Amino acid sequence: MTDVAKFAPKTIYVIYIAATPEKVWSGLTDPVFTRQYFGGFAVDVEPRTGGAFRMLYPDGRVHIAGKVLDWTPPKRFSCTWLVEGMPGFGDLPECIVTYDIEPAGGAVKLTMTESHSWEVPEEILAGGRSGWPAILSGLKSLVETGAAPAIAMAPPQGFMEAVKHALSEKPWTRV
Amino acid sequence: MSKPIFVYVTYIAAPPERVWEGLTKPDVSEKFWFGYRVNADGKPGARMTAFNPAGKQVHDDPIIESDPPRKLVYGWKSLYKELPDERPSRVTFTLEALKGQTRLTVTHDDFDEGSKMFDMISKGWPAVLSSLKSFLETGRGLESTWDEEQRRHAGQA
Repeated sequence: MTDVAKFAPKTIYVIYIAATPEKVWSGLTDPVFTRQYFGGFAVDVEPRTGGAFRMLYPDGRVHIAGKVLDWTPPKRFSCTWLVEGMPGFGDLPECIVTYDIEPAGGAVKLTMTESHSWEVPEEILAGGRSGWPAILSGLKSLVETGAAPAIAMAPPQGFMEAVKHALSEKPWTRV
Repeated sequence: MSKPIFVYVTYIAAPPERVWEGLTKPDVSEKFWFGYRVNADGKPGARMTAFNPAGKQVHDDPIIESDPPRKLVYGWKSLYKELPDERPSRVTFTLEALKGQTRLTVTHDDFDEGSKMFDMISKGWPAVLSSLKSFLETGRGLESTWDEEQRRHAGQA
């Protein structure tokens, strides 16, 4: 069981999208859409709290695996994340990614919150901090214009080294 | 506690020149910046001015650096009497061209610890920059929801 109380928000990204909450919800939970803006990954989610959540490579391999913590369409979608598709990354503790969708005028306010249960080094947080703006900018363009511009994403400098270091030190096992 | 820094990155499907216009020309800003006329078209040493939709001046800040269409830095002190009276902070816009798109990074820093203005700009920039992106990609900016959100959060408190 994931003890949600042990997780603290480390990265928050807010973006306003000219669309209905239902449209943004589909953008986050339908693989037809995620493939177009989420680095090519297809979301594969059991539509219920407690269901399985995965992000799949185009060839079907699992990139991210987790569990749905909250499935409340079209308001809140929260799940745990474990990166399984990259060697060693599966030994990092899981994080929690939560999307909150609120009406805001004729648009919606989408808030992405990435939470962690340990003192994650800045160099590792930088991975999400560079990735989320690209991903969610793509979602907004896709929903508003029908096309998501291709945004090349690469791990920021020092990211891979920081992950390697964390995997050898395992700071999350210290009390 | 340390001095707070706000950083926001957005990708816009438009060239840096158009993003630059949106950030510096009042005739463009009023179409997405919720009716505000923001003029930051000058050289370093000139002023950044902003007028609200009612025509009241709300900014008169120094332009610190201007390298069109790559980098713009100006001071930030609101002239609204209702807002916290804090010393000026600083806004830096960095525009990078990427295959027909622009990666726009807004860094708002030089706040004192515990700044109330920091909380306000942290809520404000995502709305302004989302509207800029919509405007440049679809021709239509977003509506301001500042008042609506303030009311809702006041109701929750």
